[in-house]
Amino acid sequence: MITVNGVETQWNDGLTVAQLLAREKFTFKMIAVWIDDSVVDKEYYATKTIPDGANVQVIHNISGG
Amino acid sequence: MEMKPMKLLTEWTYEPTKIHRGYSKETLYIGLGNKDGKYSFEKRPVSEDMIEKFTGGRGFGLRLLWNAVKDGTKWNDPENEIVIAGGPFCGITQYPGAGKCYTVFLSPATKQTYNSNAGGYFAPFLKFSGFDALELQGKADRPVVVFIDGDNFKVQIFESTLEDINAYYVSEELHEYFSNNGADKHTISVVSSGIAARTTYCAGLNFSFYDTRRKAARLKQAGRGGGGTVLFDKNVIALVVKRTHFTGNENDVADLDTIQKIGVSLHKRIHDNDDKQCKMRSVGTAHLTEIMNDYELLPVDNYKFGHHKDIDNISSHAYQKLFTQGMADGCWYGCSLACAKAVDHFPLQTGPWKGKEVVVDGPEYETAASLGSTLGIFDPLWTVEANFYADHYGLDTITIGTGGAFVCECYELGLINKEDTHGLELNFGNKKDIMELIHRVASGADDFAIACGKGIAEAREYFAEHYGADLATMKKIGMEGQGLEVSEYRCQESIAQWGGYFLTLKGPQHDEAWLIFMDMVNKQLPTYKDKAEALFFFPCLRLWFSLQGLCKLPWNDIEPADNGLKYKGIEAAKVPEHFKNYIDIYTAITGRPLTPDGLILQSEKVYNFERIFNLRMGRGTSAYHEIPDRALGPVWEDEWNSRPEYFDEKLKEFGVDISGLSVKEKIAALQQNRRKQWEDLKMAVYKRRGWNKNGIPTMETVKRLGIDYPDVVELLKKHLKPEDEFEA
Repeated sequence: MITVNGVETQWNDGLTVAQLLAREKFTFKMIAVWIDDSVVDKEYYATKTIPDGANVQVIHNISGG
Repeated sequence: MEMKPMKLLTEWTYEPTKIHRGYSKETLYIGLGNKDGKYSFEKRPVSEDMIEKFTGGRGFGLRLLWNAVKDGTKWNDPENEIVIAGGPFCGITQYPGAGKCYTVFLSPATKQTYNSNAGGYFAPFLKFSGFDALELQGKADRPVVVFIDGDNFKVQIFESTLEDINAYYVSEELHEYFSNNGADKHTISVVSSGIAARTTYCAGLNFSFYDTRRKAARLKQAGRGGGGTVLFDKNVIALVVKRTHFTGNENDVADLDTIQKIGVSLHKRIHDNDDKQCKMRSVGTAHLTEIMNDYELLPVDNYKFGHHKDIDNISSHAYQKLFTQGMADGCWYGCSLACAKAVDHFPLQTGPWKGKEVVVDGPEYETAASLGSTLGIFDPLWTVEANFYADHYGLDTITIGTGGAFVCECYELGLINKEDTHGLELNFGNKKDIMELIHRVASGADDFAIACGKGIAEAREYFAEHYGADLATMKKIGMEGQGLEVSEYRCQESIAQWGGYFLTLKGPQHDEAWLIFMDMVNKQLPTYKDKAEALFFFPCLRLWFSLQGLCKLPWNDIEPADNGLKYKGIEAAKVPEHFKNYIDIYTAITGRPLTPDGLILQSEKVYNFERIFNLRMGRGTSAYHEIPDRALGPVWEDEWNSRPEYFDEKLKEFGVDISGLSVKEKIAALQQNRRKQWEDLKMAVYKRRGWNKNGIPTMETVKRLGIDYPDVVELLKKHLKPEDEFEA
């Protein structure tokens, strides 16, 4: 299991940031991803894997409204 | 056909004051008399106290309106005013988004103060003509056109000869009429409404600018709150301003170099990042449709649902194909964000201009949703047509969309029937009959259409009285607050956004606070204290734009590429580098120092003054901060059953044992628990804002802010009760 924005969610071996974003339908463009307090550069979303037990924060900057 | 010459009724000349450091320090008062043909004009000085306490724009509007009205003034009393003002930023061309004007008036819809803003050239031209604000008071004895001639420093009032009062006609005609043989139409701006202003409470103000590439008048709307209804009530068909000559430093700023440097950096950022971020330059705010759908925030069928299978029909990709690309679509000079998109050569299929090809401004996101998904319609061509006619008639697209969705649900629930609607079948998605309803509402065709045009709060009373519709049910599903229809975001799953919509000054419009992602998705506001802090800070930050003559979009619809990496948490949402830009430019314009706390303080003064103003108008207490059930969660079983596991989980989080509960019982339990959360949120927010438990600013708050004017203190003394005080 991993925590995504404070909510426990399923983890699978090899889960990448890009796969997580797709699974959670986090499609907003202006986001930043942090894994255990380390920021992930956008260019590594497709390759960066998330370890089991990680605390992932996907921060959407507001825009909108 | 050429417009007939207009008879000059009166004329007044003035000596203009040069703008210095962003202010002319004079306002223009135009009195229309009381249907007696007695016009009056005045230049009024702007005091240092007014600048210090109210800054400009909406702040000036509120101060001037406060002075103009009496305690019992109604929206259609002659002393009500329309005040139009920019602010110290207004008219600068070096930084994007500095052409906004802010309108302030007593609203027919909400029966209290309203402020609504628009782009276009009116506010900069008004300022360049010598005025920080325009006050329009009284009622003319015949339909008139008011012309502010900023070239020759005179104000003229003409008897209107316009054959049609709808906005595109009026704007085109008056750009031509006041131009020099058509050569300088771009030096003119027109404010008009449309025929909807005759009977509805939701007619907006259309502000024009002349698009020299398209050779057409473009319209931007201060659509909400019924400003157009007030304009028509004053018998003013249009306000026109003309200013031919102006420079890039008309504001006579303190430090032009700094503004230019900061402006260039933002232009570069827009150039480099916009295509990867919001695509404002190619689709404007319509980029939001599929995002809102993905996050269950798109209002579908009167906000019952948050997404729809046909979203691709109205996605940004669909609108990108309709919008003409590669045009410099800024609504004021120097705005490279260029989001004022338009559909060209659009052939109208219905209505009085059926068969005509027109330029349609928008749709922006709000209209794509209001005249689209919330009505159960996923046809962008229908939305473009409805958008055109709404603007042309003066109808506010959000109000007519959200209000129309309420009517559709009433129809589907059997609360009203085909006889009541005079033959219209108002099921969600019935494009033909809903379009016909829009035409009928605008023209006030029958009693049903007139009732719909008054907005949800009054329409439901009419439906109850005349059709026997159940009022309690309509109160549950009618998405309005304080008499204003909710704009186009579902807020059910964000407690903070309940406040962002329903703990506001003027009602549920998204320009005060938009906290859904921060709260619901990012989970950055876990406690009531966190939510209250956000509902203090962000409304103040956003309000600040309205004091300056600024558009909000260049603040956070474009960001530094590393904004989310450099800053974490809520700090990133402030877009610190752009926040700093505003502080630096404010000082560079005015020569006055400003700190981050000082910026928020400027807003807090006006925020509290506006709240007290509403108290003066008989509102402004906790009783007017109400939220409908539909905004808190599902009302009917089909809403629950669209996401049953999700809602079951939400109910369990309250400690409710859901075993054996029917869906109806689950809905009741969720509503009950969320309503308790709503009350807790309300108290936390009031406390943080320095208000009492009844939502009234305390004496300590107004003294701290320096707005403890004698009449303010006297008013508060009547309303502040010891039993409403928070414990220390």
